[in-house]
Amino acid sequence: MAGIEITSLHMRYPDGTVAVDEVDLSVGDGELFVMLGPSGCGKTTTLRAVAGLERQTSGTIHIGDTLVDDLPPGERDIAMVFQFYALYPHLKARDNLAFPLRAEGLPEPEVRRRVDEAARMLQLGPLMDRRPQRLSGGEQQRVALARALVRRPRAFLMDEPLTNLDAEQRADMRSQIKHLQGELGATMVYVTHDQVEAMSLGHRIAVLNQGRVEQIGTPMEVYDRPASLFCAAFIGSPPMNLLDVEVADGSLRGQGGLALPVPPGLPDRRALVAGVRPEALEVTAPGADGAVRGRVVSAEVLGDEIIYVVDCDGQRDVRVRMAPTARFAVEAPVGVRHVGGPPPVYDRDSERLVA
Amino acid sequence: MGTVATYGLKKAFGEVQALDGVDLEVPDGSFFVVLGPSGAGKTTTLRAIAGLEKLDAGSVHLGGRDVTGQTPGTRDLAMVFQNYALYPRHTVFENIASPLRVRRDSSSDVATAVDDVARLLHIERLLQRRPAQLSGGEMQRVALARALVRRPHAFLMDEPLTNLDLKLRVEMRTELTRIHRSLRGTFVYVTNDQVEAMSMADQVAVLKDGKVQQVGTPSEVYERPVNRWVASFVGSPRISLLACHADEDRLVGAQGWTLPRPRRTTAETGRPLLLGLRAEDLSVERRGEATVEGEVYGLEPLGDHTLVDVKVGTEMLKVKARPTVAGRPGERLSVTVDMDRAHVFDAGTGLALTEAAR
Repeated sequence: MAGIEITSLHMRYPDGTVAVDEVDLSVGDGELFVMLGPSGCGKTTTLRAVAGLERQTSGTIHIGDTLVDDLPPGERDIAMVFQFYALYPHLKARDNLAFPLRAEGLPEPEVRRRVDEAARMLQLGPLMDRRPQRLSGGEQQRVALARALVRRPRAFLMDEPLTNLDAEQRADMRSQIKHLQGELGATMVYVTHDQVEAMSLGHRIAVLNQGRVEQIGTPMEVYDRPASLFCAAFIGSPPMNLLDVEVADGSLRGQGGLALPVPPGLPDRRALVAGVRPEALEVTAPGADGAVRGRVVSAEVLGDEIIYVVDCDGQRDVRVRMAPTARFAVEAPVGVRHVGGPPPVYDRDSERLVA
Repeated sequence: MGTVATYGLKKAFGEVQALDGVDLEVPDGSFFVVLGPSGAGKTTTLRAIAGLEKLDAGSVHLGGRDVTGQTPGTRDLAMVFQNYALYPRHTVFENIASPLRVRRDSSSDVATAVDDVARLLHIERLLQRRPAQLSGGEMQRVALARALVRRPHAFLMDEPLTNLDLKLRVEMRTELTRIHRSLRGTFVYVTNDQVEAMSMADQVAVLKDGKVQQVGTPSEVYERPVNRWVASFVGSPRISLLACHADEDRLVGAQGWTLPRPRRTTAETGRPLLLGLRAEDLSVERRGEATVEGEVYGLEPLGDHTLVDVKVGTEMLKVKARPTVAGRPGERLSVTVDMDRAHVFDAGTGLALTEAAR
């Protein structure tokens, strides 16, 4: 296994579109690194450049100590898993796994040993003698993953591999991939637009937007202190409430008088936005201490929690996460107040984190 | 506005029984969600209500009147689909106005109605644009506006939010709830997304293989699923199911654990069962009487909480924990189970054999 160094990567298409704009990423040896962003953010293009499927306009890519810029994909010693599992339809799962090894000319006992090992790790047992058409989507994707494993490449590149699976299979595969990656100590770069997937899988996440890196951090760093309003709106479901706030006499106030704790080092500026997670607010009786007045728009009963949407004085659609035992009627007048530590605060113009 | 009801709907496409006796009673003015995986028969049910599907058996009633043989045009229903088909050469205003033009309403009535619905959906400033100048989210709002501009008997919606990104979906959920309240119309809404269903519905009908599995409020369906399938489909993360059997005062797991027998279980001794445990009813942080031993398989930080996957023999428990929870794969630990909230299902029939106290 090996780390991956991406330095000043730039991708400009002949029509002038810049897909990747001076991206620097450093993926550690044995790290599960997630590139997260909406479609068109440059995450897949970056991955394809690492794989050698696209040639960058400028910048360099190292895999381990090797500068790979001039190497064709086949010589980069990486394995890719795509959204669409490309299995050979006429081959049984077992032979699909063995195919890349036989192509490399490995002796048959070694082929069998590696195939059996991958089958064990992904619990493919009874599926090994079936052809792809007799496998479900999730099973096919597990076979595709196993086929990437048997080669023991220096790194795995995964491009939204779970997108076509249903929610249940996605959740299962997510925990399997993470477990497997840990067991193998594999270097893995994983591309997704799904923030739940990014959070639950990644050791670190790079959030990309319009070809640029907005933030790199552990899942909890990215969740607790998004570096920009873009990250704040993209991560978490429901996302952060972005509330216009003002600093007055050393205190932080939202519209309608919502009191917020002041983060250290807050600049004395007017145009500020506080990023307040739904779980950092609570719905109270109207008129409670520090609460802003509001009216319940809807109560989204999700089983293990209720998301209240409240129209507050000066701020529509404030989302509050509450325990399933909370009982506030729709249309009822309520209060909303902040709980917990200081929220991250952003400059409204630059959209960057300032405190 | 009014009620919508279906009785014994049956429809086969070749070998596939798409609808296998679908009974639904949608109260006047309710937000009624039909939830199920793809292939469950949701869209076929909706199309049957609209009159777009010829039925093999069963009847459709609107406002208490049997409309089974009637053409779609006479049913006075408005439909919104996943793929919003707008007229590309017309302005947003004309797109929204088109159902009224068909009825030859006076142009001042049309203008008032379009303005009203545009305000409801926050698209006032888009009225003079053409569809090509709109984002996906804006197009979906226009398509909704076109359906909502009339006051039909009921609104039928087929996964209208599917093509939107997550942020917009969250916003539109709230918007639809708001619109529903202000229109006081009957909504029949089809989706495969249980979060969407839970967050908007007054009533949810869970559909599978052309059959209604359960009808109830979101909380009822979550807290008292009638079978293991509904329990698994509703709720995220999925409920954990462990194989076991009951003896006189205990549940004995196939993986060797024992737990006290839930108080209100009707399960016979020795019968193969599945114990259903939701992530929030399990804890690796609290200590209690009822515990199961396992080892950490992995941690999934999700921001406001972290899921701990705990391997119990060859089975898996998903446990909801604080974001700060620690644990390495392979580490042994015990999971505390809130047995008052446990579900017990018959392993063969899948039917619930207990009513969890909530």
